[in-house]
Amino acid sequence: MSLLEIRSLTKRFGGLVAVKNVSFGVEAGSIVGLIGPNGAGKTTVFNLITGIYRPDEGEISFNGKSIAGLATHTIVSNGIARTFQTIRLFQNLSALDNVLAGRHCRMKSGVLGAMLRYPRERREEKAALVSALQALDFVHLRAEAQNQAKNLSYGNQRLLELARALATKPQLVILDEPAGGMNEQETTSLISLIRKVRDRGITVLLIEHDMSLVMRVCEKIVVLEYGSKIAEGSPQEIKNDEEVVRAYLGAEQED
Amino acid sequence: MRFSRTGIFYLALALLLAASPLVLNVYWLDVLNSVGLYAILGLSLNIILGDAGLFNLGHAAFYAVGAYTTAILNTRFQIPVLWLLPVAGVAAGLFGLIIVRPIIRLRGDYLCIVTVGVGEIVRIALINDVFGLTGGSNGILGIQRPHLFGFIIRRPQHFFFLIWVFVALTVFLFTRLQHSRFGRALNYLREDEVAAEGSGVNTAHYKTAAFVLGAAWAGMAGTIFATKMTIIAPESFSFWESVLMFTVVILGGSGSIPGVLVGSFLIIGLPEVFRGFADARMLIFGAAMILMMIFRNQGIVPAHVRPYSLEGLAEAESALPEPAASAEPAENLQAAKEVR
Amino acid sequence: MEQFFQQFTNGLAVGGIYALVALGYTMVYGVLKLINFAHGDLFTAGAYLGLTLVTTFTMLAHKGSVLGIGLLILLVMLLVAFLGAVLERTAYKPLRKSPRLSVVVSALGASIFLENAMMLIYGARIQVFPQDILPGIPVRIFGVYIPLLRIVIFGLSFLMMTGLYLFIQKTRIGTAIRAAAIDQGAASLMGINVDRVILTVFLLGPALGAAAGLLVALQYGEINFLMGWSYGLKAFTAAVLGGIGNIPGAMVGGLLLGVLEALGAAYISTSWKDAIAFCVLIIVLIVRPTGLLGERVAEKV
Repeated sequence: MSLLEIRSLTKRFGGLVAVKNVSFGVEAGSIVGLIGPNGAGKTTVFNLITGIYRPDEGEISFNGKSIAGLATHTIVSNGIARTFQTIRLFQNLSALDNVLAGRHCRMKSGVLGAMLRYPRERREEKAALVSALQALDFVHLRAEAQNQAKNLSYGNQRLLELARALATKPQLVILDEPAGGMNEQETTSLISLIRKVRDRGITVLLIEHDMSLVMRVCEKIVVLEYGSKIAEGSPQEIKNDEEVVRAYLGAEQED
Repeated sequence: MRFSRTGIFYLALALLLAASPLVLNVYWLDVLNSVGLYAILGLSLNIILGDAGLFNLGHAAFYAVGAYTTAILNTRFQIPVLWLLPVAGVAAGLFGLIIVRPIIRLRGDYLCIVTVGVGEIVRIALINDVFGLTGGSNGILGIQRPHLFGFIIRRPQHFFFLIWVFVALTVFLFTRLQHSRFGRALNYLREDEVAAEGSGVNTAHYKTAAFVLGAAWAGMAGTIFATKMTIIAPESFSFWESVLMFTVVILGGSGSIPGVLVGSFLIIGLPEVFRGFADARMLIFGAAMILMMIFRNQGIVPAHVRPYSLEGLAEAESALPEPAASAEPAENLQAAKEVR
Repeated sequence: MEQFFQQFTNGLAVGGIYALVALGYTMVYGVLKLINFAHGDLFTAGAYLGLTLVTTFTMLAHKGSVLGIGLLILLVMLLVAFLGAVLERTAYKPLRKSPRLSVVVSALGASIFLENAMMLIYGARIQVFPQDILPGIPVRIFGVYIPLLRIVIFGLSFLMMTGLYLFIQKTRIGTAIRAAAIDQGAASLMGINVDRVILTVFLLGPALGAAAGLLVALQYGEINFLMGWSYGLKAFTAAVLGGIGNIPGAMVGGLLLGVLEALGAAYISTSWKDAIAFCVLIIVLIVRPTGLLGERVAEKV
């Protein structure tokens, strides 16, 4: 059984069918890519998985349990973390505070604990700090810990989002265009970072437009066009698939 | 940490305040009492507005609930005022809970308007003597003074200590709150609600918690106000009062506890200094608000990045935090359910 | 039944006033996404300036003179339109790139400033406004006697609303305003001078609000510097009811609120009248925040 299973997923916005009858699975420990032309519905699928939208039809199950319709923060504590297509960091807060946000759902103390500072609360805070620093180390941003997020470079901000997602101790991490705005060198180190994530036992599902990254790092690729799935397979299979070629090169073929 | 700028500020303030009763006359002491009261109100509103970023322009409603709860229970059932302090807090907190639940999904501006509406409805209800309890536009009189171990707190000097000790306690507890998981959660909510939710923060829960806590504290301030004035009436809880509290927080430094203190000194104390100019004061007040927003909109004492002391945590290697094995998500879900 | 009809027409007249003020809120919100807290004070300014004009140029107060009244209304509208433009340039324009909260605070500050300026200039007590400028004879409609005044006021508001509606729908600037209200960025990319659109909105909105203030003064014969508060909040409720940012919505909302309030005051209670308006506001915001005529806008994640 797959870690994440999507069956006949459909979502409409008014008259527009953004996602139409999409089904695919993500095996535990794999790296899967979701690609397609702009407007294909990729981010909508992500938003459906992470609970930002409710599906109109279809099922989403994670670890065998249905998660469709659950609140986003509940889905996160169930083990699915995400990054956003447009960077959504807490800009005025420090990098460390940003990563601690991910840690939030793995902690327990509330108002009383904060005001009275029980030993348990203090231990929890310390463990959280250690864990957050480790996450920053993982993306090589330890030095920026006390710097405000908005002061980081674009590429580093993307990495910070990744660190925040990893701090939630997820089983599956969903990356929405993680290489956006990165140059060749940064993309290569991103690839090795993604592999390191997988090597730790975390499954990765990502959306990307950078084809070279997708081909190099993904084990399986799912292709969407106008909300429907048009192909699924290994990078080799996808590269040679007629439908995919048509979808991407489309009109030019007709000249 | 001891010698940080904030620490020095608090120390200086404490010394100045401790010396005040010896130096100032009763009039100015009473001004400081007002400053202190608005400091408490400002700090309570700061949790909602400054930390959580929720536009609340009806905070006077919570103040009123606390004050009137105290007044009613004290004048009708002779319950001692100090016992009513927590009761008023709970009453105001409950009121806050009832208010926030239906409006939890509202966006910034709309939330603002609703809070204004709530403030007005409360004021109108008070004037109309709702349930026959509130005494209409004349309000309630004859509220007793607080008794502490046989000592009656009656003169401005006594209230000075009561109020400023309460302020100190509030500053202490709320500072701790800021440097905690709860405080961070409020900030995440403020900075980007979608990202907060997407990082695993239960935004609905924290919006509610911010309102309830802020309301409860304002309610307790209401108790102090009621027993200090011994008479309360609806005019003390108007929209203008809410605007004052709002201004104290925003101009002082939204999200910054020292900022709120500075704000209350400026907004409440300064006009007293310029009493001679009477009506032109308000004109200047309005103009000052506009100018502040144009030239220094973070407030006089802006909130700064939360500092962490990181020495001694060097044992963190470049290891990734352990991923949750299959068993863990289930138990973490349990834990997540028990989270306050 | 007669009681109902009286209250209904009364409600329409009041509603017309609310609609005029609501239009100011809704146009500003539509284009700038800002709740102009100072709008109610511009309404009040209309009444006060009208008073000054009437006492200075007594010919304007000549009883029953259509030209006189027309001129009075026009002058007040022009003066307050100018005031509105000044307000925009000083308190709002510098904050166009600032976070939303700053503009809200600035608006509050502007409101406080205007209110107190009027209080300093005119005094804090209620001022009397000459009341016999508009005819007070009752007119018989469907067997019921309705004050002509009420009809005239409703007629004038209706006239102005229609004028604005045609302006927005038919003229180029009107279309520009509608475009900017939908998407400022796209509008400016299409060559629309957004700055001029904003200025226009701040000329039209306050002008209508001022006219409303003058009409209220003419109807009730007394004014005070706080009248903008109550009317302002109710008008805002009307704007939200109809769909904030939606111009026909503001008109519908205003009339609807006026009628609901009049009927409520008559059949439920007068002292809770204001609370009714706020309750309507809160309920609308919770249940259908986009209002009766408004549209849902989704946020891209």
